[in-house]
Amino acid sequence: MLLSLFAARNRKQVLSIMVTGSAALAAASVYLAIRYITAGNGGATGTMLLTSSHMWYKPLNIGFSLGVDGVSVAMLCLSSVIVLTGTFISWKIQPLTKEFFLWFCLLSLGVFGFFITTDLFTMFMFYEIALIPMYLLIGIWGSGKKEYSAMKLTLMLMGASALLLVGILGIYFSAGAVSMNIPDIAHIDIPLDKQLFFFLLTFIGFGVLGALFPFHTWSPDGHASAPTAVSMLHAGVLMKLGGYGCFRVSICLMPDAAHILAPLFLVLTATGVFYGALAAIHQRDLKYINAYSSVSHCNLVLFAVLMLTRTAMTGAVLQMLSHGLMTALFFALIGTIYERTHTRMITEMGGLMRVIPFLGVAFVIAGLASLGLPGLSGFVSEMTIFIGSFENADLFRRVLTVIALSSIVVTAVYILRMVGKFLYGPMQNPHHNELTDAVWYEKLAVVILTAGIAYIGMFPLGLSDMLNESVGLIK
Amino acid sequence: MENFSNFLCMRSEVSLVVVIISLLAYDLIAGRKGMQYFQPVTLTLFAIHTVLHLLPHEAGTAFGGMYTYIPMAGVVKTILNIATLIIFLQAEAFNGEKLSNKRGEYYFLTLVTLLGFYFMISSGHFLLFYIGLEMASIPIGTLAAMEKQSKKSAEAGAKYILLATFSSGIMLFGISYLYGTTGTLYFADIPALIGANTLQIMAFVFFMAGIFFKISLVPFHMWTPDVYEGAPTNVTSYLSVVSKGAALFALALLLYKVFGNLVGQWQGILYGLVIVSITLANLFAIRQKNIKRFLAFSSISQAGYIVLGIVGGTAFGMTTLVYYIFVYLFSNLAAFGVVTAIENRTGKINIGDYKGLYSTNPMLSFVMMLSMFSLGGIPPLAGFFSKFFIFAAAMEQGFYVLVLIAVINTIVSLYYYLLVVKAMFIDRNEHPIPALQTDVYNKASLIFCTAGILLAGIFSIFMEKIETFGFAMLQ
Repeated sequence: MLLSLFAARNRKQVLSIMVTGSAALAAASVYLAIRYITAGNGGATGTMLLTSSHMWYKPLNIGFSLGVDGVSVAMLCLSSVIVLTGTFISWKIQPLTKEFFLWFCLLSLGVFGFFITTDLFTMFMFYEIALIPMYLLIGIWGSGKKEYSAMKLTLMLMGASALLLVGILGIYFSAGAVSMNIPDIAHIDIPLDKQLFFFLLTFIGFGVLGALFPFHTWSPDGHASAPTAVSMLHAGVLMKLGGYGCFRVSICLMPDAAHILAPLFLVLTATGVFYGALAAIHQRDLKYINAYSSVSHCNLVLFAVLMLTRTAMTGAVLQMLSHGLMTALFFALIGTIYERTHTRMITEMGGLMRVIPFLGVAFVIAGLASLGLPGLSGFVSEMTIFIGSFENADLFRRVLTVIALSSIVVTAVYILRMVGKFLYGPMQNPHHNELTDAVWYEKLAVVILTAGIAYIGMFPLGLSDMLNESVGLIK
Repeated sequence: MENFSNFLCMRSEVSLVVVIISLLAYDLIAGRKGMQYFQPVTLTLFAIHTVLHLLPHEAGTAFGGMYTYIPMAGVVKTILNIATLIIFLQAEAFNGEKLSNKRGEYYFLTLVTLLGFYFMISSGHFLLFYIGLEMASIPIGTLAAMEKQSKKSAEAGAKYILLATFSSGIMLFGISYLYGTTGTLYFADIPALIGANTLQIMAFVFFMAGIFFKISLVPFHMWTPDVYEGAPTNVTSYLSVVSKGAALFALALLLYKVFGNLVGQWQGILYGLVIVSITLANLFAIRQKNIKRFLAFSSISQAGYIVLGIVGGTAFGMTTLVYYIFVYLFSNLAAFGVVTAIENRTGKINIGDYKGLYSTNPMLSFVMMLSMFSLGGIPPLAGFFSKFFIFAAAMEQGFYVLVLIAVINTIVSLYYYLLVVKAMFIDRNEHPIPALQTDVYNKASLIFCTAGILLAGIFSIFMEKIETFGFAMLQ
């Protein structure tokens, strides 16, 4: 239903079409959310609501089935917000404007399709649809060592999709080959030995996209080289595909294996959380700092999902939303600042707060959200995750939680250092005195994202109730 | 009366013979002026034949079981017809200066090979099978050597003829063993007489070596790159699609129907061949600079994937095989169409020459990109679906490791397909190929292929149609 919006796009007035299209998309997601909530209040208690299903490929029981629950509604809203703001941020993209937005649309199509489908095959298909535009977007419009990054990113993620393909086919056949529909398979008990094998495959497969610790290396390079809007969409939404997939496919379909294998992955993710934060300290390039910080936060999502408690999972989804908005805001700001200063090295900038106060303030807000200041979204999600994690009474999980928790301190170090240095520090380059502050379309994007962060931070209850309910239904 | 009905059963062959003879006559009587219309005349006649072939047709046998018609073979013949039609549309080289005096021979010989493939597919007896095979391979040698001035073309022709004769010899040797141990050459009688007898297994292996040569699976692939490079591009595309498709179907048919009792043996053989073919061909393809050699190695690895479908030995596997050939036809011919268009006007056939093609020839680059993505298996293009079904067919029978190896290989293949895309879209070039005007026929062929790539996957009807025949075949 959302996808049809993308049909008309390929005209001369690409920008206006993009704005209307993505605004309509955002409106449609909000409408969807409202319908979902009213349906929920009306006493509908199925796992998936608003479903529609068509048989597509009969021999393999592949259906083109759509449906949403609280988690996917939240993710869809997030995606539409980021697509909208991404359009504003790439207002002046050159060259090949039309092609850029074409691929951008295809990328968002993949993302939306992924969140809205309830069929293993279509889910996998949309996952791959989202991957390929990345290659061209980074390769053509990127900066720095873009060809290397684009190839690395594409091949690593396709490698992950190879594991996924075997994984989902394995799930399908070991669940008796009767349906590819996720809620249907969830009712079937898959034999434990098969579960262990395919859990490993699918979790690593989705985990790569969610920057699971030893497989995260594509992410800093990819983010650093990508054009701004793509970094936003990628870090903001695409990496959430990984978390969402782990949650929806690996854990929800193979709960027994999840219980057995969780400790292994918990160690990895806890390492990832801490490692990402430490690596961010060492970076000098703004985009790399944020990319490593994303690695840290995304590992926290996976960490929370693996805790297998209801609170922690709610926290994981909240963290996905919060990190999505926050990191998109970061990348948007970095992109706009880079357009003005033509450098992303914090050592070459300083005292920018006086020159570009609007962007500066927004940057501080994003930073504070990232280190978990109460009142902003980061605090809510991280609190929920850690409370949820402590519900597990065993020492092993508690120790890991403490490790992950301590990463917040490290986060504070790098965020405050970064902000202090290039916003408040001494002016490094006299030319920077002549910079202009944000223009209307940049302001609009920043305001929308900041409002999202503040909303989650101030009024988390409605949202977390909705998520909590859906998470509970799945378990 | 008896004989007449025999001919009715093999009416697709008869109509093809009529086409061939009328072309021969046209070649004789047409003057200089008439020869200019050779391509449209051929296209019209052949299109009529293709349409006639679509008329429903009952299964039956003729000439005491020498010739059998099954609906699935009819489907395959239609696929071959479509492929030949597209190749004829792309035959603009034969209107140019160098080859225009070979026009008559080209169309005539190509159709004769097609007739050979028809008999090969529909044979019910090893002798007819062998005659069909020879009828196909000898003219191909001539076709490959058609560019008289070029040394490479002569080399290609000689290489093909020598190796094809050698492999036919081995195949005949196998057939003679088979006759020696069973006393019959009718496909229908052999299964009852065949067991795990050493002599029969030897016969089987020798016989199969001949077919593997045609499909050019590793290690029977040595001729492929050289012949593909040297032969006129139109002949190359014919070799890579029609010849390969027919041989693959014949292989599957023989394995299922005649050597069904040796399933344990041939599964082992195919298992090894698939791994070797896919892996080696992929590794070699990465290093190729010439686009025709590149496509040669790509087609070897594609053949490996197709064979993967029949390893499981199920009716579903058969369906996926035919469906894969159908999709492969469009993807591969789109690539060859672009290569022909560029080669005829500029003589450039290196991947390096394609740099910056997008800036001058956006449509050609777009078609080429679609074709590369389809060959690499990227959704929502048809190649993704066909690959997925092939993997599903193998997974169904529990070949997890084999599928995993094959899927990981798709990533390698994606790497080199992306290299072509990168050359066209990302790399800069001081002197890109100038803007080209392709002729009407080639344009039509490219549009047709693009439509095939885009639609054959999304609409499941093609696959389901083939599937109904697939199951009917094995009952």
